Amino acid sequence: MSTATASTLSHGTATSLPPARKPRPVAEFLSTYVFSKDHKVIGLQFLFSTLLWFLIGGLLALAVRWQIAWPWSDVPVLGKLFAQQGGQMAPEFYTMLFTMHATVMIFLVIIPILAGAFGNFLIPLMIGADDMAFPTLNMLSYWFMWPAFLLFGASFFVEGGAASGGWTSYPPLSTNVNSAPGSGWGQTLWLLGLTMVGVSSMLGSVNYMTTIILMRAPGMTMFRLPMTIWAMFITAVLQAFALPVLTAAGFMQLTDRMIGTGFFTPEGNVVNNSLASTGGGQPLLWQHLFWFYSHPAVYIMILPAMGMVSDILTTFARKPLFGYRPMVYSIAGIAGLGFIVWGHHMFMSGMNPALGITFMVSTMMIALPSAVKTFNWLGTVWGGRIQFTTSMLFALSFVSMFIIGGLSGIFMAATPVDIFIHDTYFIVAHFHYVLFAGTAMGVWAAIYFWFPKMFGRTMNEFWGKVHFFLTFIFLNGTFFTMHILGAVGFPRRLADAYHYETFHHLQPLNAFLTWCAIGMVASQIIFAANFFWSMFFGPIAGRNPWNSNTLEWSAPSPPGHGNFDFQPVVYRGPYEYSVPGVEKDHLMQTDPPNAVAAAAVAAAH
Amino acid sequence: MGSRLGGIFWSLIFLAVPVLGVATFAIAPSYNIWLPKNVSEHGSSIDGLFYFILALTGVVFIATEGLLFWFIWKYDAAKAKGPATYIHGSHTLEVVWTIIPAATLLFLAIYQMNTWADVKMRRPAMAPTVEVVARQFEWRLRYPGRDGMLGTRDDLFLTNDLHLPVDEDVLIQLKSMDVLHSFFLPNFRIKQDAVPGMKIPVWFKAKETGQFDIVCAELCGWGHYKMKGRVTIESRADFDRWLEETYARQEATQPAPEDTVAAAAD
Repeated sequence: MSTATASTLSHGTATSLPPARKPRPVAEFLSTYVFSKDHKVIGLQFLFSTLLWFLIGGLLALAVRWQIAWPWSDVPVLGKLFAQQGGQMAPEFYTMLFTMHATVMIFLVIIPILAGAFGNFLIPLMIGADDMAFPTLNMLSYWFMWPAFLLFGASFFVEGGAASGGWTSYPPLSTNVNSAPGSGWGQTLWLLGLTMVGVSSMLGSVNYMTTIILMRAPGMTMFRLPMTIWAMFITAVLQAFALPVLTAAGFMQLTDRMIGTGFFTPEGNVVNNSLASTGGGQPLLWQHLFWFYSHPAVYIMILPAMGMVSDILTTFARKPLFGYRPMVYSIAGIAGLGFIVWGHHMFMSGMNPALGITFMVSTMMIALPSAVKTFNWLGTVWGGRIQFTTSMLFALSFVSMFIIGGLSGIFMAATPVDIFIHDTYFIVAHFHYVLFAGTAMGVWAAIYFWFPKMFGRTMNEFWGKVHFFLTFIFLNGTFFTMHILGAVGFPRRLADAYHYETFHHLQPLNAFLTWCAIGMVASQIIFAANFFWSMFFGPIAGRNPWNSNTLEWSAPSPPGHGNFDFQPVVYRGPYEYSVPGVEKDHLMQTDPPNAVAAAAVAAAH
Repeated sequence: MGSRLGGIFWSLIFLAVPVLGVATFAIAPSYNIWLPKNVSEHGSSIDGLFYFILALTGVVFIATEGLLFWFIWKYDAAKAKGPATYIHGSHTLEVVWTIIPAATLLFLAIYQMNTWADVKMRRPAMAPTVEVVARQFEWRLRYPGRDGMLGTRDDLFLTNDLHLPVDEDVLIQLKSMDVLHSFFLPNFRIKQDAVPGMKIPVWFKAKETGQFDIVCAELCGWGHYKMKGRVTIESRADFDRWLEETYARQEATQPAPEDTVAAAAD
């Protein structure tokens, strides 16, 4: 542990100054709140940035939904800002919208909010460390997001608009400037932005692994770590191994675009009546490289939420986690198998169909650890004493929704069925159930849960529940109906599909979806108001408002620089709730051993 | 925390998930929001597998969501007496709920293989019936003509208007000139990406005559949505007559357009 942080262990507040130095307010403010090396401040910086992009991503989604529900009709608000022909949306603008919706949500919201915001805030607190192993790297991991923010943001305003080749950026559409308006500067900025996100993730990942391995408090063995930390740890490992491939592939696409290397351009490629100057490449190569990262990335986008939900479920069920070790092993299993399933994105791509069979088997098998996790969550709720807090409702809905997202995955793992549903709304339903109904609900559970630790105050429960209720209803209205759209074969990414005989009757259903989506985004006003109001006026929380067990709840709320005002020593695992013979219904990891409890715990293991 | 009423309310919200979920799937077909009519031979086995997985996942869906509801209902802190059950797991249960899904999933994977092989691997030994070249934003078609060979003088060129004979195997040679496209025939349960630089075979046997949609299912640029074709399935006699007539019309009006020949050449 660094000496600088050790010397401030006894301080309670983040603003306390080291002695014998003249106060310099501006520099002090900058180093405390802007270029801070404190993991908690960095975590909150990630949180605020990603929540802001969450709003932008949501509005992009609404614009997409508008076009699908009422094609070529005047777009309210946005129409005046962007579209060319009156208020009507141009089809190339539509392709840009869904490309940037996915890009923003994946690279600027989900990945950084899980690893950046919660990983940063929680890892040192939950393992009993005073900060991350490399505070400067940690600060840089946040500040490398800013070039990404600016690059992606600026790409909307360059000639041709932002990238419009889909978030998957399949060449030659993405590499050939003649193939789409967004394949000019927009795509170049997109690739550069992606690289910056990658640098940020890599800095974070190295830091999380080192911190978790080396900086655990005395007594905190690996198998006493809370599930949140296990999930963050394995996610960091996934990032570290998968990300270099995407970065390399991104540079290959950049050089294809800038200096004509032709990695992904086949011989004799004619786009828009102009012959490509280079050739000898293979478009499928990009898909293999891209999905080699981006499939593990979908686990990067869900595992931390699974970990956090496990901790929240146990707290509000007042019950130990069912099957702690199987839960750890299944996360590891998902991570391992996650590296050999990327081909299931490519069943229809022209890849050797025999290879498709291999990927089908591995993809089916990766459903297994997810199933084991689900059963263990059910086992955790069984026999509990459930407290219906907002956080618990979001956590329970994570389980409920993840079941849907998991089961719908089986349809597309089955290669013959995938022939029909590939690139239809069935897929869109599936990944929104995992990423929105799963991860985003998990994130809300985590925000309501750890808000008191972040700001020292609790969020309003009544408005929290209203927020949950509306979000839950509208999200199912939006995404569940996508399954039946997919059953018709309704394709993704079409600006207007109603001129097809097969799809002409689906407009009313799509209008219903769009109304639900509008309701879902509007419900977040309640969340935003509650969030900011509670930050300043919410009831003071105290150290452990939920009577939870893990280490962060023994630190002050909010913890000062250096986190703990005592040296935490860990005596037991994180899930000792309702231990028989113990007066209170929870035994914190730091509670000194007591004879009765020790006997009960020993007997149960 | 909270009253018993709250517990009842929230339990019912979670009960609504399986109830409304199943209801959605039950009602959708009566509004024609369901699998479009299948007219290919292999399509019925794909649909069969779809229904099989639907039934299997449906049972798991109802069971797990039902259990979740039941536990939320029953173990409400405001209702249940005494402390929570102090248990860290069950080795037997873990083994059971690992082995049963593992076996089921493995079976599912194996059960799919034959149909997959039929549609994508067991290519009929025949010359291509037609070559489909995808291009922003149209389907260019080339029939081999009377000599049965592509790339000869009597090739027939068309755009977006695919005709194929009923009740016999057809083999399509799928190519792309520019970017990725995907040749999607919803009624035939056929989908295959067209990749520049690759020649990908697609085959099926139509069971019924009629006109159906050709949809592009892979993003190919701003006009992706309008990359629409039609496929007409007709009897062998009608198909041959149509070929003759269309060829005669092509010869009468113009020689084969040069750029199409150049682009379609191997």
